[in-house]
Amino acid sequence: MPRYLLSTHSAEGASREPMTEEQMQTAWAPIQALEAEMKSSGAWVFSARLHDPDTATVVRVSGNDVVTTDGPFVEAKEHLAGFYIIEAPDLDAALGWATRVTRLISSPIEVWPFVDTAGG
Amino acid sequence: MPVVGEALIGRIFREESGRSVATLIRIFGDIDLAEDAVQEAFALALRTWPDEGLPPNPGGWITTTARNRAIDHLRRESRGRELLGQVVEPETPPGEEPGPVQDDRLRLIFTCCHPALSTEARIALTLRLLGGLTTAEVARAFLVAEPAMAKRLVRAKHKIIAAHIPYRVPDEAELPERLRPVLAVLYLTYNAGTDGPARDDLRREAIRLARAMSGLMPDEAEVAGLLALLLLTESRWSARFSRDGSIILLRDQDRSSWDRSLIEEGHAIVRACLRRNQPGPYQIQAAINAVHADADSFEVTDWHQILALYDQLLAMTPTPVVALNRAIALAEVEGPGAALDILDGLDLDEYHLFQAARADLLLRLGRHDEANQAYVRAAALAATDAERTFLTERLKAIQTAG
Repeated sequence: MPRYLLSTHSAEGASREPMTEEQMQTAWAPIQALEAEMKSSGAWVFSARLHDPDTATVVRVSGNDVVTTDGPFVEAKEHLAGFYIIEAPDLDAALGWATRVTRLISSPIEVWPFVDTAGG
Repeated sequence: MPVVGEALIGRIFREESGRSVATLIRIFGDIDLAEDAVQEAFALALRTWPDEGLPPNPGGWITTTARNRAIDHLRRESRGRELLGQVVEPETPPGEEPGPVQDDRLRLIFTCCHPALSTEARIALTLRLLGGLTTAEVARAFLVAEPAMAKRLVRAKHKIIAAHIPYRVPDEAELPERLRPVLAVLYLTYNAGTDGPARDDLRREAIRLARAMSGLMPDEAEVAGLLALLLLTESRWSARFSRDGSIILLRDQDRSSWDRSLIEEGHAIVRACLRRNQPGPYQIQAAINAVHADADSFEVTDWHQILALYDQLLAMTPTPVVALNRAIALAEVEGPGAALDILDGLDLDEYHLFQAARADLLLRLGRHDEANQAYVRAAALAATDAERTFLTERLKAIQTAG
């Protein structure tokens, strides 16, 4: 079955007012419900939210040396904030899940197909 | 036996290749293989039909020949033999196919016009796969170099495969949403064909595909509306240009040269749409064109009716261009002053037809200097040579008169 990455991005410095514990719960509940539905229908493979990009570290090889630096690797105004990996029969099914996620988080979602892997 | 020449075979190719390509894509699930096999079948037709005469069912001959070619290709490669194993099994048991309509061309047009593809890619794919235009022809139609168009097509086809864009007619819930880009592609194709008499192919192709769509989706009022709009617009085609290729305005056209059979067909569809009473933007534009087609002259046109239709269209699609066209109709009902007031509130300064309409209204109000400036601006912004020539001529005419 084709796999897709559904990724969400945050704009730098655009972090909203910190939410109260209660607001967080209210915002989170429908997302958890949707994830439960993804799991029960067999679409869910993996999902995660990421910390801010200034927590990222970059490792690269330069000659014989390994150089470790403060991240992120890509200096961009927008950065990866979280993602789902899902399995769906075709793009329309993947877009269907993406539509439901984006409605809940009110931020756009990018849908990327995985390169097919044997038996994947 | 009638002479079977290249022109006739070419015409049959245009008519039939879309259906054959679509059928082969369904059978083999491979766009490139389908395209190549259908091309080969036509190459064979060009070699054999002139001597042997047309087969009883040319379209069926092409599909069967192409199918056999594709199987030959697959047998020659190991990956193909694997694929072939899957193909021999019927994909879906008869009677269990999903979706309301079962024509392969419909599946294909919804794939080609999938919203995940860019608008340019949708148009190019539709013309290439369903219209049977060569890559060179598609490139020429959109004034793009052939290698650039070839790259665009390759990228689009790659995305269809990589992202698993489905090959099926959307279900009824998705249909309205998914039909919109399909109709837009046909409309844009037709419009690209109105830039000058050299683009006849595109207009014909758009009408042919709209006709096929409306035959396949008889319950969709907007599909019928689009077909009627294209037919009624096309009915005036030969009256729109003078012999030297310059533009003739609606008010100055020789209405006896309008194509009556296209008008009758368009009218019949508009009437059916009115009875159905599910209005949409294409149907309303068709109705506006039907009112024009009814009038013996510009002056006796039922402008009240046209204005009422534009009011309805503007409520549905509140865009500045629709507001501009409504204002042009308003000028015929309430005079140029009322129309000019509306134009002044529109943000269309960079649109040549806006400047041309403004110039015309100013001229009618006797404001020659301002009209002059608007014509200069319109000519500078004009999209085609014919339009530029036309506007420059108008400019010269007022300068001589003034």
